[in-house]
Amino acid sequence: MPSAFKRFTGTDRYLTNPALQAAVNCALALERPLLVKGEPGTGKTLLAEAIARAISVPLLTWHVKSTTRAQDGLYVYDTVQRLHDSRFGGGDVKDVGHYIRWGPLGQAFRSKGRVVLLIDEVDKADLEFPNDLLHELDRMRFRVMETEEEIVAAERPVVVITSNNEKELPDAFLRRCVFHFIDFPDQELMKRIVRVHHPTLDDALVDQALEVFYQLRSLTRLRKRPSTSELVDWLAVLQAAGVQNVKLEAQLPFVGALLKKEQDLEAFAEAAGARRARG
Amino acid sequence: MFVGFLYELRRRKVPVGAQEALALARALETGLHDSSLEGFYDVARALCVHTESHLDAFDQAFLAHFKGIEEKGQALAEELLQWLRDAADKPPRERTPEESAALDALDTAALQALFEQRMREQRRRHDGGDRWIGTRGLSPFGHGGAPGAPDGFRIEGEGGGRSALKTADARLYRGYRDDQVLDTRALGMALRKLRAFTREGVADELDLDGTIDATARNAGELEVVLRPPRRPDTRVLLLLDVGGSMTPHAHLVDRLFSAAKQATHFKELRTYYFHNCVYGRVYRTERFSDPIPLPSVLADCGPHWKLVMVGDALMAPYELMLRSSGTDLFDPDGPEGIVWLMQLAEHFHRHAWLNPEPQSAWWAQTVRTIRRVFPMYPLTLAGLGEAVTHLARRGAARA
Repeated sequence: MPSAFKRFTGTDRYLTNPALQAAVNCALALERPLLVKGEPGTGKTLLAEAIARAISVPLLTWHVKSTTRAQDGLYVYDTVQRLHDSRFGGGDVKDVGHYIRWGPLGQAFRSKGRVVLLIDEVDKADLEFPNDLLHELDRMRFRVMETEEEIVAAERPVVVITSNNEKELPDAFLRRCVFHFIDFPDQELMKRIVRVHHPTLDDALVDQALEVFYQLRSLTRLRKRPSTSELVDWLAVLQAAGVQNVKLEAQLPFVGALLKKEQDLEAFAEAAGARRARG
Repeated sequence: MFVGFLYELRRRKVPVGAQEALALARALETGLHDSSLEGFYDVARALCVHTESHLDAFDQAFLAHFKGIEEKGQALAEELLQWLRDAADKPPRERTPEESAALDALDTAALQALFEQRMREQRRRHDGGDRWIGTRGLSPFGHGGAPGAPDGFRIEGEGGGRSALKTADARLYRGYRDDQVLDTRALGMALRKLRAFTREGVADELDLDGTIDATARNAGELEVVLRPPRRPDTRVLLLLDVGGSMTPHAHLVDRLFSAAKQATHFKELRTYYFHNCVYGRVYRTERFSDPIPLPSVLADCGPHWKLVMVGDALMAPYELMLRSSGTDLFDPDGPEGIVWLMQLAEHFHRHAWLNPEPQSAWWAQTVRTIRRVFPMYPLTLAGLGEAVTHLARRGAARA
């Protein structure tokens, strides 16, 4: 029976809701990877940092790129260095272990204590990537072919995996994960989130900005709807520029912080024009 | 036990199995759900749902399984819902401490019994009171009422603060069902299957096996072998029908276009425009300026390019028969429009026609004619997926 463990309830800098807490706690208790999806800018990556802070363990990060292979996460055998050393001298060429470079997953398994491992944007990599990690994540062990060494995690790391939905993930992989879809925060929670980031901001301005922000998001024609991180940035700009009040109109100050696409700016200008025409 | 619930999930096409059942059992054993239905909802959702497109089905299953009202067939009268819908925008009366205490004493079962009793007794609209089902009131039934009744039944209306027991009712995830979504990203994901890689270009990547091999052959003297990196090798020619009957689909086609533009795995993507049928010329802009003769397009793009036609294939039948040439829009000696289309289909090994019109509208004569030339797929996520699978196949197999 799993022993009692410290429940995750968010941190002072990272606000959560019960659904997200339940998902994190399931992952912690069942020692399964936590797969987090959601719109960009809803704090998927920050969640791993928050968990690491909350249970006070170190965080290892593995940023996945389109060229990343599963093997890179475990270890890389540095043949070139070994060839170089054998040809030009230097280093202990006989010891293969000398030329094994550990990847983030390898480091997490070899670590003495528990760690949080963030596998960021798993969908960026090749379609086969998640399947190649199945066994390692399931058993938390792998074998180094060159040295015949078996690496077994002393303490199963807390694995947080984020996905931006660019590719579908294989079913076998999904089945092993605890899943959470980060909702876009409602206005109430958003206000609290904004307060965490901008504690000194004028209340009236925050209310107005949120009003504008949710109106903007409700424009159906936008290709990239602004999200939390953009709102936080925008408020920072407003504060820095000393703007006192905002409302949804064609000359919205610093709209570039919220809308990042040219077509979206056009759509916004049209919508703002239509509003004015209606009165 | 929750096993019945898991079968309810399976019935609604959420794939759950023994693995989910065991995980859920362990989570409940650990007490993760805090012995509450809300807690169970969160925990079960985290463990049984693996993709956001199943969240809505999960909510529905949860409702069906745990909300007794539907099960007992106590359908809410349309009239009652009407009273609730147009609640006036006035604040509710505050509940007194005594009233709150009395309410707290009720558990869900008692509430449910009480609710059913009221359902039988209530005969008219009621707002602002403390007994009947209505709005802005203190009774635990209805909506827009005073907060502080966490176990109350919300009926219709926006959930204020999600305090009602049946949050699943809100169906917040309806938008994520995969049978409905068709945004740029979804289109892009479908297009991703259309990739192929090849090694070409400057050799600047270390070929490890080659290096070891060459070094060994060279009696241990280091011999570095380089090879060109893997590069995407898919070339796509996109021909878009614009104007006229395509105008209602402009937004959809626009999304497909931007998804194709964003796709990084195409080595080359060319887009030309035509109107209704392809004649001797296609255009570089959607305003039909800057024409380019079709023969020179065919000369530029080899047969290994993938041809994607997008159009509704709806036009007057004579438009398929208009004669034109590369230099002249109306040339009595040039081939007919349908012949130009056949030339395109013959030139490219792999081609497909995406039609934004629903399949039920494909009986039109020109559509049927064009379908004899091009394999046609509906411009939906599923249709695009099929088209891409067809395009990705190698070789010159004819449909």
